[in-house]
Amino acid sequence: MKKPPWYLALPILFVGMVILLPLGYLLIKAFSVRPSEIIGLLFRQRNFDLLTNTLILAMAVVLCSTLIATPMAWLTSSSDLKFKTVFTLAGVLPLAVPAYVTAYALLSLTGFQGQQTLGIDLPSLNGFSGSLIALTFYTYPYLFLNLRSAMLGLNPTLLDSARSLGYSQWSATWHVTLPQLIPAFFSGGLLVFLHVIGDFGVVSLMRYETFSYAIFSQYMAAFDRTYAAWLALIVIALTVLLLILEFNFIKYKYYHQTGKTQSRPPRLTRLGKWKWLAYSFLIGILFLSVVIPTFIVLFWSGRGFSALGFISLVEVILQSASVSVLTAILSTILALLFTYTSIRYPSIFFRTFERLSYIGYAMPPLAFGLAWIFLSLYGLPIIYQTFCLLILAYMLHFLAESIGPIRSAILQIPINLEEAARSLGRSPFSAFWHTTFPLLRNSMIVSFSFIFLAIMKELPITIMLSPIGFDTLALRLWSHAEEAMFVEAAPYAMVLVIVSLFFVAVVFFKEVESD
Amino acid sequence: MKYKFWVGLSLVLICSIFSVVQAKEELIVYSGRSKSLVDPIIKQFEKENGIEVQVKYGNTAQLALTLMEEGEKSPADVFWAQDGGALGTISKNGLFSQLESDILSVVPSKFQAAENQDWVATSGRARVIAYSTKHVKVEDLPTSIFDLTDPKWNSRVGWAPRNASFQSFITAMRVLFGEEKTESWLLAMKNNGTKSYPKNTPIIQALAAGDIHVGLPNHYYLLRFKKANSNFPVNQQFFQSQDVGNLVNVAGIGILKSSRQAKLAKKLIHYLLSPKAQQYFSSQVFEYAVTDQIIPNQQLLSLEQLIKESPAIDLSQLNDTEGTLKLLQKVGLL
Repeated sequence: MKKPPWYLALPILFVGMVILLPLGYLLIKAFSVRPSEIIGLLFRQRNFDLLTNTLILAMAVVLCSTLIATPMAWLTSSSDLKFKTVFTLAGVLPLAVPAYVTAYALLSLTGFQGQQTLGIDLPSLNGFSGSLIALTFYTYPYLFLNLRSAMLGLNPTLLDSARSLGYSQWSATWHVTLPQLIPAFFSGGLLVFLHVIGDFGVVSLMRYETFSYAIFSQYMAAFDRTYAAWLALIVIALTVLLLILEFNFIKYKYYHQTGKTQSRPPRLTRLGKWKWLAYSFLIGILFLSVVIPTFIVLFWSGRGFSALGFISLVEVILQSASVSVLTAILSTILALLFTYTSIRYPSIFFRTFERLSYIGYAMPPLAFGLAWIFLSLYGLPIIYQTFCLLILAYMLHFLAESIGPIRSAILQIPINLEEAARSLGRSPFSAFWHTTFPLLRNSMIVSFSFIFLAIMKELPITIMLSPIGFDTLALRLWSHAEEAMFVEAAPYAMVLVIVSLFFVAVVFFKEVESD
Repeated sequence: MKYKFWVGLSLVLICSIFSVVQAKEELIVYSGRSKSLVDPIIKQFEKENGIEVQVKYGNTAQLALTLMEEGEKSPADVFWAQDGGALGTISKNGLFSQLESDILSVVPSKFQAAENQDWVATSGRARVIAYSTKHVKVEDLPTSIFDLTDPKWNSRVGWAPRNASFQSFITAMRVLFGEEKTESWLLAMKNNGTKSYPKNTPIIQALAAGDIHVGLPNHYYLLRFKKANSNFPVNQQFFQSQDVGNLVNVAGIGILKSSRQAKLAKKLIHYLLSPKAQQYFSSQVFEYAVTDQIIPNQQLLSLEQLIKESPAIDLSQLNDTEGTLKLLQKVGLL
């Protein structure tokens, strides 16, 4: 077993430990009472019911997002459709809108509100079905972009070899292509699953009670940080369970070819007469996930734009965007470090460290924020309420989102490229920089976009940890929406979407240029 | 291009670190009231007094949690909260310092921390019964909140059990009528098909939609809806005088023990209780003023009437949110 060099191992060990610090805080809080006092409260029927509700919803959302994301990813990567970049960008767009806005938009299209806006009488969305629809249209981009990167990285010569060895088209796809997509499917699916478990905005609007209800009311209504810590630990235990399942499922097979064949750009499948069906599918999905929320927001903002001060708006946009860009760049680099080490120097130890990022992601944001208040004030008070702490917390919380795309890309890149470069006298870094790194560009763009979009709309961590006076578009939007001032809130939603889309478009068009 | 970006960003970072160091000369407010509501009044205060105010905006409960976690190391001078429950919790945790009588005397005793005397209301909001004008006539509305358990209201009522204002109202009911009567009212309401909403706004929307016919929100949400759409098909009303359904809860403010700027903090509180600020809350935010030196808002009652309509209860007793939560959990509403 190869050992990673110190300059890879040390930062990973350090970041891994730091991710675990909030867990320590939760344990301290949780054990500040004797477990016997709390066990009855913890293991009551209601918590089991909530947990069941959560798991059912999470599985349904993963299933539905897969059904949407897989064909979308294939169409935008491997078919001869036109406007693929536009469709891809539009497929990212749902991530640019805070989930509660999407849910709100859906709610206001159905029932009485829908009658007023559209003149059509749709049954009002609520409960399980409402949550399922809103969360599916909100989270499918995680799977879509992960799968799409993996499909772009497929080497068509593998499929050809399988065909030449007598496999039928279908069984070649089944045995050769599909296994290569599994890492992408798992990392995307895991994100979706964890997102549903953590969601509060959508399920509370849709009145479907999940486990995050319990956590939320303990923190926000009872101010009971002890019981809430126990509930948060349950969520983390559940996450660890999921990670162990995933860990055993993907045995980190290498998904790249080892022969001498040259990789060439994927062959585009001609759709022929199916083309129109494909276009209508894509347009249909985009209509539901993008056009409708935008339409609702526009409907509201018709009267509100005059209320915006232009100068203060520019300032807020700059603050939001600069912190989001910086965090996204740092997270992407960190994700690269984590995945590269755990794949190129495989050991249980580093693979476990890579998985730690999901624990940061699964930690309920309220618990995570409080933990960092405590840790910084009592450990390193100089960073309290500085951008330094804010960016650190964002990074540790969202790192998992950037790991998936890079991981599946590295798994597809043959290691002997680097070895060849080394044998020609390149230093390890130079070998990596000139062989593997260029092949990672597309997936790094996806990772960057995930983190960027997540932070542009983040609320609880921003409220708790940001420097005083720090203002974001998401905060402005939320503060108006909270007071039922939709007319004033809508322009902020609009600006948030436009700014997010602008940044993501810039990086995505880089992808096109490099092709 | 790239290098300019990095230089710019590092400058921002350095400046931000320094701004935090400098912040010791300013007044730091944690505000659970949203920026859109209070920013104008804060700006005006800064202008008139030449004091710089730094505000951390957020959700009231989240800021209360932040303060509890920060403890004595909190950088905050003042906590301005959206509801009595959170103020009570901070007070119970001993994080507020006591206020002096020149502040306490300005506000009716109904609207301040009677026992600990460490926070005062800055404005009030009333619980009301809102109704769909399409489905309910004013004269058919119940006179007491206890009448809503009547079969004639079956499946027609909406409430928001997780909303902090609703929970304060339940706490008030427990204080005034005891656990048993509150529990049986909650159960009767639940069995009468009362529908739960996540917060007040969806109640108003459901009323407009005709999904429910009466609801139990705060008074000002509807006024804001009506500002955007004057034909909005919903109206609201008080129950009979002193009914617990008319509970008046408050937004309030207190000075933290950790504050090193108590003098400036007091100045801010005085300003917020001045006629100018009170007028703003009443005519712009549609809340009730807690002093009576203003021109009354036509859509609102006068302070005198409000005190008459609202139930007699000490607001500092509303801090037993925990007991209310346990009760709501027991009857299966949480």
